[in-house]
Amino acid sequence: MIAAQDLRKAYGPHVVIDGVSLALGAGQCLALLGANGAGKTTLLRILATLLRPTAGSLHLDGVDALREPDRVRPWLAIVAHGSHVYEDLTARENLRFWETLRGGDVSPARLMGALAEVDLDGVADERVRTFSAGMKRRLALARVRLGEARVLLLDEPFTGLDRRARKWVAEYLLAFKARGGAAVIATHGFGDGLGAVDRVGILGSGRLLVDRPTADLSAEELHRLYESLTDSVEDAG
Amino acid sequence: MIYARRAWIVLWKDLLVERRSREQLNALLFFCLVLLFLFQFALGPDRERLAAALPGLLWLGFILAGLLGLGRSFLVERENDCWEGLRLTPGDKSAIYLGKLAGNCVLMTAVELVLVVLFGVFYDVDLWTPAAPLALVLALGTVGLAAIGTLFAAMTSQVRARELLFPVLLLPVQVPVLLATVSATQALLLGQPLADVAHWIKLLAGADLVYVTIGLLTFEFVLEG
Repeated sequence: MIAAQDLRKAYGPHVVIDGVSLALGAGQCLALLGANGAGKTTLLRILATLLRPTAGSLHLDGVDALREPDRVRPWLAIVAHGSHVYEDLTARENLRFWETLRGGDVSPARLMGALAEVDLDGVADERVRTFSAGMKRRLALARVRLGEARVLLLDEPFTGLDRRARKWVAEYLLAFKARGGAAVIATHGFGDGLGAVDRVGILGSGRLLVDRPTADLSAEELHRLYESLTDSVEDAG
Repeated sequence: MIYARRAWIVLWKDLLVERRSREQLNALLFFCLVLLFLFQFALGPDRERLAAALPGLLWLGFILAGLLGLGRSFLVERENDCWEGLRLTPGDKSAIYLGKLAGNCVLMTAVELVLVVLFGVFYDVDLWTPAAPLALVLALGTVGLAAIGTLFAAMTSQVRARELLFPVLLLPVQVPVLLATVSATQALLLGQPLADVAHWIKLLAGADLVYVTIGLLTFEFVLEG
């Protein structure tokens, strides 16, 4: 579903992404681990067609996403720090806005159904300005659900969330995968939601240092690998 | 049909956000009041001087209010990365431009109406007799100002020095619109019939057509950055 080959992004002499290749099938989830500045967000933005790489290729479901971004965008969703919500609209109004722009069905029952799925039906008519970070993220995921996205890109989805909200996001990921979606999570934390992850990639200085199935790694091994790889990258830098 | 729905939802969203936040409208109305007081002090009670300066003052007020309002119209899209959400939206992006343009026109019209009424009251000018042709000039001038203003507001919303760059880009391009609107307004306030300002109306309509077309054709590239 996602096939990236030799992706490279440079701003002048400063290389942010350096020859990253990855492939992800339907129903799979990849966690990208890395320290701050490792290039996780940049890679995610390239996969989301929001940023053009300097070199390399990107195919989503067989479509050349760099050449025809408009063809892949209808089934691609990114939930980053901003969550794409308008603070002065209510939760229901936000969904109505994005769904109308997408050309989807905005019947009240459908919008409320999506809000019920993310446990926000009780606050459907409250302004987003009053929501917590976790509630905003859930609203963004309701938008993803309505948009019938097949590729989901999450940037630090667990940051700023309490344990219950983190568990909820992890369960959402499992349900997304079960529907045949492919997800990529960029995170610098361990443990959070990794139960939903099939593969772990470790980024350091813009390079994908390792890409392994989680089944091959225990949490301790992963932690040790992460420490040794990121330390060696920092030493080399 | 989908195109019209998409443009409408952007307009609906912008008006709803403005109605709830009142960020722009309150600031613009206060700004209009300050402007009126300043003009009053600057010109004094001399009726002839006032009559000669009034069209220019009126449009100066519209332009300054427009610069303030239009310049902020894309800031709401910066909050929570909504701009990126708009980029990822499938379909023709010009519908988003059309909705934004309509929202800016509604906001500017509201401010202009208040300003016109206040001008009439403050300076004791008969704006009622030429009301219909004046409304036409105001409408065409507003579309011209908002059409290119909406596009430039989108272009400069990502730039750090946007408050400086926006008027520097906008005002030179607005010369035909300003020339036509001020001249037509002056003629109408002097009691001339609409037929006498037909050439200015044609210039305004032509400029509007060109500006809106440019906005529709180029907005997608501006959005993609």
